Amino acid sequence: MLAIIDYKAGNLTSVKRALAHLDILCAITDKPETILSAERVIFPGVGAAGKAMEVINSHGLFHVIHEVVSRGTPFLGICLGTQIILERSEEDTATCLGIISGMARRFAGGEIKIPHMGWNTLSVRRPHSILKGIDPRTQFYFVHSYYPVPLNQEDIIATTDYNVSFASIIGHQNVVATQFHPEKSGQVGLRLLKNFCEWDGVL
Amino acid sequence: MLSKRIIICLDVREGKTTKGVKFEGNIEIGNPVSMAREYYEQGVDELVFYDITASSDKRNIIIEVVDAVAKNIFIPFAVGGGIRTLDDMYAVLSAGAEKISVNTAAVVTPDLISEGAKIFGSQCVVLGMDAKKAPKTSAIPSGYEVYINGGRTPMGIDAVRWAREAQNLGAGEICLNSIDADGTNEGYELIITEKISQAVTIPVIASGGAGKPEHLKDVFMQAHADAALIASMVHYKQYTVGEIKSYLAHEGIPVRELI
Repeated sequence: MLAIIDYKAGNLTSVKRALAHLDILCAITDKPETILSAERVIFPGVGAAGKAMEVINSHGLFHVIHEVVSRGTPFLGICLGTQIILERSEEDTATCLGIISGMARRFAGGEIKIPHMGWNTLSVRRPHSILKGIDPRTQFYFVHSYYPVPLNQEDIIATTDYNVSFASIIGHQNVVATQFHPEKSGQVGLRLLKNFCEWDGVL
Repeated sequence: MLSKRIIICLDVREGKTTKGVKFEGNIEIGNPVSMAREYYEQGVDELVFYDITASSDKRNIIIEVVDAVAKNIFIPFAVGGGIRTLDDMYAVLSAGAEKISVNTAAVVTPDLISEGAKIFGSQCVVLGMDAKKAPKTSAIPSGYEVYINGGRTPMGIDAVRWAREAQNLGAGEICLNSIDADGTNEGYELIITEKISQAVTIPVIASGGAGKPEHLKDVFMQAHADAALIASMVHYKQYTVGEIKSYLAHEGIPVRELI
């Protein structure tokens, strides 16, 4: 069973629908025992970092998320889920989960529209199982105003250009996280989700 | 580089796709779910469903359409038309839509934008705006006036001013429909698209008037739209999404092509 962590951050059903289409069983849950016993975990989310961390802390999910990650369970962050696995976010000056070193920073306005909304490409820095069989020219769907800035360069799997070059896929051991939405990125996005569901959490 | 988005609009009346000219005279042209699937396979970037169902007791039909689309199509899509309350927004989003587009209700009750943005996030809230040329006055300095009720009721509100206000209220995107250009196939209304694109920092979708790929090139290059809405040019099978994108790519415009 795959667990989608429910922390009341936006619409989690689109990830569930994409997994259903791939015939992958999953549960949207905030129950510690379901999350801890899951074969793999998806941590999606849209919305604001401060509110998300409030819910995570008040529902006792902070330690559950750290525990499931430390057990080596394959873990996929998506969008806001990618930002709040870092140590902190400029959004609401939130203290976040600190699973990967670094922070989420806001795009500087002026020359670009914010949010960064639409389809954009990746520059892959290092190979990863979730990118297996995916053409390097593929575009993915993004919608965000903040972006991940991991402290360690080796945690950057791919980057994307939007006035700045930012980390669009980050990863460390059994954790991998995409700033874009694979569940909204067409057939290739489904392929990425399928790759995650076949990944053993080891590089 | 971020691609310019091509968005296909389907007007849905009681569960069937229809198409009108200048907001009137709608005729049925197909099943929205199968049409959506076909455009998805052609590589469209996003879809919008406008519910133009006349009677309110048939409104649940659009929820069934949204649910069926969401199970088969894995790109973002928005739903507009008849969204008046936060409950309406919630119903459409939980059925699987990515965004909701508010138009008349947002003009009448601007709080709908701010409340919707607070609860669901700005990225979910698209301001749909119907604008029409008007004499320039102190109330309408841009020369474009906001209309509501499907383009029937002028509001005496300046289109550029309303775009800025909607952004301040928390709208994540603006879909600008030109009443003058709608259904003409003669090209987008470039002047107002450019004015609004310059006035706000959120993405702007141009709508109304697309008849051939050159029109999309013009609205991207001259009016700096972030996305372009199309309807009849694909509904009547004059062009496929792939043909439009190949043309734009050849013209140097960044688009997402299927690989």
